[in-house]
Amino acid sequence: MTEQPLNDLVIDDVRVTFDGFVAVDGVSLRVGPGDLRFLIGPNGAGKTTLVDAITGLTPATGSVRFGGRELLGRPVHRIVRLGIGRTFQTATVFENLTVLQNLDIAAGTTRRPHTLLRRRRTVPDEVQRALETTGLTGQRDRAAGTLAHGQKQWLEIGMLLVQNVQLLLLDEPVAGMSHEEREQTGQLLQRVGEDRTVVVIEHDMDFMRAFAASVTVLHAGRVLSEGTVAEVRADPRVQEVYLGETAVA
Amino acid sequence: MTDSSTSKSPTAPARWARWRTPLGYALGALVLFGLAPLVLSDFRLGQLARYLCVAIVAVGISLAWGRGGMLVLGQGLFFGLGGYAMAMHMKLADAGAGQLPDFMLLYGSTDELPWWWQPFSSPVVALAAVLVLPMGLAALIGWSVFRRRVRGAYFAILSQALAAAFAILLIGQQATTGGTNGLTNFQGFFGFSLHDPVNRRTVYFLIAATLLLLMLATRQLFHSRYGELLVAVRDSEERVRFLGYDPALVKLVAYVLSAGMAGVAGALFVPAVGIISPALIGIVPSIQFVIGAAIGGRASVAGAALGAVAVAWAQTTLSEEFPSAWTYFQGGLFVVVVAFLPGGLASLWHLAAARRRQRTEVVTAA
Repeated sequence: MTEQPLNDLVIDDVRVTFDGFVAVDGVSLRVGPGDLRFLIGPNGAGKTTLVDAITGLTPATGSVRFGGRELLGRPVHRIVRLGIGRTFQTATVFENLTVLQNLDIAAGTTRRPHTLLRRRRTVPDEVQRALETTGLTGQRDRAAGTLAHGQKQWLEIGMLLVQNVQLLLLDEPVAGMSHEEREQTGQLLQRVGEDRTVVVIEHDMDFMRAFAASVTVLHAGRVLSEGTVAEVRADPRVQEVYLGETAVA
Repeated sequence: MTDSSTSKSPTAPARWARWRTPLGYALGALVLFGLAPLVLSDFRLGQLARYLCVAIVAVGISLAWGRGGMLVLGQGLFFGLGGYAMAMHMKLADAGAGQLPDFMLLYGSTDELPWWWQPFSSPVVALAAVLVLPMGLAALIGWSVFRRRVRGAYFAILSQALAAAFAILLIGQQATTGGTNGLTNFQGFFGFSLHDPVNRRTVYFLIAATLLLLMLATRQLFHSRYGELLVAVRDSEERVRFLGYDPALVKLVAYVLSAGMAGVAGALFVPAVGIISPALIGIVPSIQFVIGAAIGGRASVAGAALGAVAVAWAQTTLSEEFPSAWTYFQGGLFVVVVAFLPGGLASLWHLAAARRRQRTEVVTAA
């Protein structure tokens, strides 16, 4: 779908401080092109804050580069235009608009201003593709507010797809989903990850084991461990942090 | 299946729904251009012209508030800028070349035309100013306010304060603005005598045509991609930012357009009613603009326009009967509508349609 070469996400010594509290304490990591990276760690490890820093929501020091371009210091909507999209823990779709309208708006940033003044007469190709990829074709004309929880998350991912983002940052995409929905979401992520880089923040260890290509463990604002699922699970430091949490042990 | 319909299902009621809007506008044009001039006296027609000016402001409010979520409580500011720009030109045209407007002679504090009056002797400059002054100021206000993410009640209070400040400024400069009395006693409108009933009728037609055109243009905007984007910004500004848009810019467009409509309304109000004064542009009239749109239905162009006309009409009729009670009644009506029927009276139609659709869905499902 995309012709341009995939880009590296390179995070170098990123620090985020809230009123003296250090939420992210010098994180450095690299996510290669085409990776499906899971970001795990106990509550307060700084996972969401790190994603906030990458997407321009929280001021941070250090350096975040995507495809060689520095992201820190740019306003949110400019970072998006460099090909980086994210979702939030609670699905935020435009409840009063239909699925089609939601996707169409997401696809609109590359359009020229005057086209905004016209009505949408047909379904744009990229929107149609996103509908098919996310399996929402049947829900096209429904108001997004009436979708099931899982469908809203898929719609959000679909909105990132039509934006043609190269890097997807997903914050707990399967929280609150049924087992079946988790399975479908995992398969969707693998489909999406074929020609994009995906970073997933997740608490659900079963989900991680089933779908992660690589894992980074954060703890107290630092990188604790990194590697494949098996490597990370074998790391004694990880076991220590998760002591008592049967999911990893 | 039609792609142009947003949420309507292609069932039987939808088929004639496609004709509802063109028919509605045709009916509106018929009433405004055919029926009203036929049955109304010249005096009543003049009053209707005044209500239609309020409706033009309301159409702008339906865009900024109904779609954009910006509670514009200070449209009087832009209405006044348009109105004064037009009034200044008419005063200068009445006085003749090189002469001072009558009120300046009366107050006698100056024997030279102030520099900022001079450009308005040109009709082209005055007409351009009717649009440029309100829209330019709105762009300035909007840019500084939306970028700092001021919204909700803070934005409403700010816009109201600006309208109040403008009215106070005008009152303070009596020698050059006419002060509390405003600008009045106009003789002609671009060379046509305003004492001639035929010309007054033409002004009414001009206003009616402007209203219908602006309603159609705003309706198109509502159904365009920009209209969808504006709703998205209203519902979740942060989310739109994460789609790569600058929400400040999206809101700014709607705000500036609504200011432009208020300016046009003010400019047309002057020849129709024969006066523009601080009392017509301060806080109270600014709130009244919003009340009409709210009662009729801020999310619908036609609802806002009809609501504005109805409220303005009720105000004249009822305030003649119960001068003191009207304000309370109006305030009460506003509270009731905003609390219990946020979409205004126009939403009753949609509620009924949704109820009907629900029923058919139940029937087909069963």
